[in-house]
Amino acid sequence: MKKVAIIGAGNSKFGNRNDVNVSELAFESVKPSLEDAELRARDIEYLALGTTGAGALYEEILPAVVVAEYCGFTEAGLIRCEAACASGSAAFFTAYSAIASGKVDLAIALGVEKMRQVDTSTTMEWMGRAGYYFWEFHNFGLTFPAYYALYANAHMAKYGTTEEDLALVAVKNHKYGLKNPIAHLQKEITLDDVMSSMVIASPLKLLDCCPITDGSASLILASEERVRDLGIDTPVWVAGIGYSSGTANLSRRQDYVGLEASVLAARRACRAAGITIDHIDLAEVHDCFTIAEIIAYEDIGLCKKGEGARLIREGQTEIGGKIPVNIDGGLKAKGHPIGTTGCSMIYELTKQLREEADERSRQVPLRKYVGLAHNVGGTGHYCYVTILKR
Amino acid sequence: MASMPSIKSREIRIAPEVPINRTLRFWEGLDEGRVYASKCKGCGQLRFPPVADCPSCLSQEIEWVDISGEAEIETFTHVVAKPESFKQDRAYTIAIGKLKEGVKVLAWLVGFKMTDVKIGMKARLTARTTPEGTSTYQFVPP
Repeated sequence: MKKVAIIGAGNSKFGNRNDVNVSELAFESVKPSLEDAELRARDIEYLALGTTGAGALYEEILPAVVVAEYCGFTEAGLIRCEAACASGSAAFFTAYSAIASGKVDLAIALGVEKMRQVDTSTTMEWMGRAGYYFWEFHNFGLTFPAYYALYANAHMAKYGTTEEDLALVAVKNHKYGLKNPIAHLQKEITLDDVMSSMVIASPLKLLDCCPITDGSASLILASEERVRDLGIDTPVWVAGIGYSSGTANLSRRQDYVGLEASVLAARRACRAAGITIDHIDLAEVHDCFTIAEIIAYEDIGLCKKGEGARLIREGQTEIGGKIPVNIDGGLKAKGHPIGTTGCSMIYELTKQLREEADERSRQVPLRKYVGLAHNVGGTGHYCYVTILKR
Repeated sequence: MASMPSIKSREIRIAPEVPINRTLRFWEGLDEGRVYASKCKGCGQLRFPPVADCPSCLSQEIEWVDISGEAEIETFTHVVAKPESFKQDRAYTIAIGKLKEGVKVLAWLVGFKMTDVKIGMKARLTARTTPEGTSTYQFVPP
């Protein structure tokens, strides 16, 4: 297998982006990623697009070819990757594999999502259908917050995690989101703000939930030979990728206090990278809801099972703590454009590992120059963990 | 929704017809007031929701088992913000319960005071036909 590096990274402004269509939004991250790599679109041999809303949340049902034409990638190999909210990481894995296998030397992983061209209850409908439509949505109307609320109540009952603990995740991620110019929600919030926000699916309240966000993120990947030929100063290497999945029916799960897909994906990624979890300098974890971040700490091994709440209470996942997590604001404050998120996590890690955080107070101090992105699709239906090393 | 200049795309109605031919006994059972699980004739695995094909032993022969309905609630949530197609419904409670037979079921939980719903409590799974004539199942007080 060939070594693969990220040599260009771009991220659009996240938010309500009804000022642009899906192709224009993709261009906003493609342009800076190509400029970063000092390449042209026609140099790219293969494009993997992560997106989930095609034909449902936005108008193009087969968006890979549409976006590729708009951004100048016509003639490159094209594929659209879908792994629910982990589609961006699935696209990254696909682009990575095209190079690692020796098929191509330059590829792009692009995530783009438009979630705000339809009304909120329609978006809730599509997200709620993102499990097993026939058995768990059709008659029972599960929503995306409700999926995670089922886990939150079980975790609280078993480990004594409280609603305040959940709220602390939101407070932390908003604090960093405020310092991230691309974040959707740039506003500090207090524990009281979270606790007094309206209930969406008990015990989750409005401010426990990520916003509905538009955005794109783009990563240019290259083989080791091409990194050398192009004279790239700071390639960020893909050290290892792990993946797994869970059952479509939540009713077929063993328990509701952790995501087995996350446990397996993290373990496999660490094995592929030849590291243990204590080697990482920072992590991006999938905090679509506050409970998801606490569960992720436990599932990827930042702490023991049931101790996730303690990490957030003690401030161990802030800069200066044991392991900084979601220093870009996370899905919670930066926003969660579903198919983009994986690529955006990897964008943030790339910037951090190159020590190029846009605001210095947001730069994580690096010891081993290793970062991890944990990207969940659905409620542990899919999981990809990507480990990068400078 | 768009507040910027925009063009509305053409509207289509999408409502696929989902075949239930191979699990028909299950749906007929609901109409008769029974909830069935499927049991694989090859390896004996009991499954809910029911399946016509066994992913463990690849057998395509199943029998239908009338389940007791005795359940213990493993988790739940009260859904306040509803999706578009449930807009007309009042806030509802979704629960996952483990049946005496070992399989788990996700369904609405009705007939309890909201503050009385607790993890570990007992409930009973029953068949239900909605006022619109839809066959389904729900958890009710034991």
